[in-house]
Amino acid sequence: MVPLLLRGFMFYFIFNRLAQALLVMAVVSAISFSLFNFVGDPVNNMVGQDATREQRIEIRQQLGLDDPILVQYQRFMLNVVKGDFGLSYRIKQPVSQLILERLPATLELVFASAVIAVFIGIVLGVYTGIRRYSWVSKIIMSVSLIGVSLPTFIIGIGLIYLFAVYLRWLPSSGRAGVIELGGWKTSLLTVDGWRSIILPAVTLSLFQLTMILRLVRAEMLEVMRSDYIKFARARGLANRAIHFGHALRNTLVPVITIIGLNIGGLIAYSVITETVFQWPGTGLMFIQAVDFVDVPIMAAYLIFVALLFVVINLIVDILYFIVDPRIRRGGS
Amino acid sequence: MTNLLEINNLSVDFPSRRGQVSAVNKVSIAVAKGEVLGLVGESGAGKSTVGNSVINLLEPPGFISGGEIIFDGIRIDQLSNEEMRKIRGTKIGTIFQDPQTSLNPLMTIGKQLSETLIETLKISGASAREKSIELLESVGIPDPEPRLDSYPHQFSGGMRQRVVIALALSGDPDLIIADEPTTALDVSIQKQILDLIKSLCKQRNLAVIIVTHDIGVIAEIADRVAVMYNGQLVEQGKVAQVLQKPKHDYTKSLISAVPSGDQKLHRFTIVDYIDGSTEKVTLENVSDHWLSKNKPSNTHDIAVSVKNLSIEFSIRKALFRKNRLSLKAVDDVSIEIKTGESFGLVGESGSGKSTLARLIAGLYTPKSGDINIFGHNVLQKTEKTKTSLVRRKMQMIFQDPYSSLNSRMTVEDIVSEPIRFHRSTENQSETSIVVRDLISFVGMPRTSLRKYPHEFSGGQRQRISIARALASRPEILICDEPTSALDVSVQANILNLLKDLQEELSLTMLFISHDLPVIRQMCDRVAVMQNGRICEIAETDTLFDHPYHEYSKHLLGLMPRMDLFRL
Repeated sequence: MVPLLLRGFMFYFIFNRLAQALLVMAVVSAISFSLFNFVGDPVNNMVGQDATREQRIEIRQQLGLDDPILVQYQRFMLNVVKGDFGLSYRIKQPVSQLILERLPATLELVFASAVIAVFIGIVLGVYTGIRRYSWVSKIIMSVSLIGVSLPTFIIGIGLIYLFAVYLRWLPSSGRAGVIELGGWKTSLLTVDGWRSIILPAVTLSLFQLTMILRLVRAEMLEVMRSDYIKFARARGLANRAIHFGHALRNTLVPVITIIGLNIGGLIAYSVITETVFQWPGTGLMFIQAVDFVDVPIMAAYLIFVALLFVVINLIVDILYFIVDPRIRRGGS
Repeated sequence: MTNLLEINNLSVDFPSRRGQVSAVNKVSIAVAKGEVLGLVGESGAGKSTVGNSVINLLEPPGFISGGEIIFDGIRIDQLSNEEMRKIRGTKIGTIFQDPQTSLNPLMTIGKQLSETLIETLKISGASAREKSIELLESVGIPDPEPRLDSYPHQFSGGMRQRVVIALALSGDPDLIIADEPTTALDVSIQKQILDLIKSLCKQRNLAVIIVTHDIGVIAEIADRVAVMYNGQLVEQGKVAQVLQKPKHDYTKSLISAVPSGDQKLHRFTIVDYIDGSTEKVTLENVSDHWLSKNKPSNTHDIAVSVKNLSIEFSIRKALFRKNRLSLKAVDDVSIEIKTGESFGLVGESGSGKSTLARLIAGLYTPKSGDINIFGHNVLQKTEKTKTSLVRRKMQMIFQDPYSSLNSRMTVEDIVSEPIRFHRSTENQSETSIVVRDLISFVGMPRTSLRKYPHEFSGGQRQRISIARALASRPEILICDEPTSALDVSVQANILNLLKDLQEELSLTMLFISHDLPVIRQMCDRVAVMQNGRICEIAETDTLFDHPYHEYSKHLLGLMPRMDLFRL
């Protein structure tokens, strides 16, 4: 009986969030559609200087640019739902195909840096939370300030100078050692691939890592002051059980929220990191598209990033249910 | 009888920037097996610090600066952390004040129990489960096996405290230190928990130290009592002897300050032993003051009239109506408060008394029913300006003086805000004169105007809240448990102040409390609430002497027995 009702609330909750997600996607797609009308005249970019008036009119008709706005929007949305984002103005290839080709590179980079940020961030956060006054903690906290305050491209360039130019341990740019695995081009299975992903992944993760570290530390300090930790001590439990069994899990709800938002942030920041390291992902493609006012790619990229954010947030909301039994009750 | 625990000349210091603060000063107490020792005192007396130093869990930076603690013939105050950890749980169990926060909210209680059992008794997981069931049964949790997989939030407050007691007992300790074990609980549950502790003490031949501020608890459960004041032990002895023939002046005034449920007195007895607790309130010439001006002579006999008021809170949301659950917090309630009277509202937690107050104050919107204030229906949407004028005549004083004042505003800003908002003075200089007067009416020095709320004690903050409420020149004052977060001695002062203000300014007062003796002293008429409904409305003396409703009789029966320790 109780689990059934419980599912009822979870169903309501997820339905609610899905409705919100749809709204977000509708707004974002409207914004990306408006790019077509506000970012210059695409015909000028597509034809040469000496194109005749007739040629221009013909291209306009081909692209359907003379139709009323609402008709264009409807057509755009129908195609988007089908996964068709049109042809790139510059490369003259389907945008969806271009994105899919580039996607593995970005996702692998984001995955690698998320793992670095979450793992190291939580471990160091717990350590500095428990050993608050040790000098190791103080050094970690001071160094972490650098992670928050330095911009990504400076860190990237610094790392390239140190490890690629000065020490010559790692490659400075590009994605090497790519092998094809059932339609997914991966670089995580070769030594060369690993060597090339380390620097961009570390660069990308550094900001998120320090955020997670500081958040986990603050939450740990808060939880360690709580009554149930004091009561656990008074029952004679060992420190390990108190720190990891009782304290860490209680810090997780806010930490999961931030990690979820930050993975979205990683994708957004990857534009910069991919540019610095010439990493052939979607972010680099987006920057190049901006240079050439390649509107279909820009619009598709916007929708794609928004979709990732929405999906990640949905996953985070479901994770709450798993971590905190109090939310399952559905109290306001 | 040999003593299980002996504390000799214990001193605890907290180093601070202004030098060492001595929290406990040369305290010597002892407790034997099968005996309950009560350690009583007001906040800041150092009673919890004594308990914490026995289990070596002093809040940093506090440390034991002198004396010795001998447990079962061994000196334990000098043991290492690891040695001490082995004593905690297995030899000395601890129960803390608030069962809401003592349990890990993310772990099932079965897991918390078996984890503790495995650690303290070194037994296997399977036998730990069996032992958990046994333990829960022994603390009076019915049908315990399925409840092992429940989370703490699925238990009520009293049941949760039983789980806490089971956890404290899990290592089979010889000594239990219970730090305010019933302060966060309702009176009826308080009695059950105290009975449980008492019976466990006898059954298992435990030594128990009960740390509390509540003399009623001591009278109920303790064999011997030690009274602490300002870090020092002022008196100890048998309960009957200390409560009936207290030797020390502090004990005497502390006992006389406990409000009496037996008879109505004109004023609350002040604990005059404590320095500065008798801040004299000067309420002369109030009738000529700004506070009394601009007061239309109210022709209405009924200040507040509530008819068939109901409100529901959704406790489970769902997509489909059939899966939704809601709680009727206030259910078809009708009351009338006469102009100038003190109307009491009494009930246990969850009875809806605070919700009713908030409905009347306009903080919640009811689902159905009517609220009339001085004959004006405040729920009507058509006459908004009139409604806000009427609402201004009503002010509220909240329970928690810590969270009800904005910590980033000075006292002057806090008190003058309503005056400036309502533009009820001519100019800035009049405002500051009025604010100065208000703050001295509530018995605070004028120097406090420049300070921030954190610089004051709980009682002083409640005085500031009262000054803030007065700044709107209210005719109706709603007091929601205004003293339940305060010590007895401070409570007496605040309640006397409220009484004086009510008389001088002829305020109408809605006074909410779970504390029956306080209600008896403060109110002309009382309504008893249970589960969102009114059980009984009666004149105070009638209710206390001849209760009509079963629930009123039940509540009155739970009142601590004052005759036990009246002089």
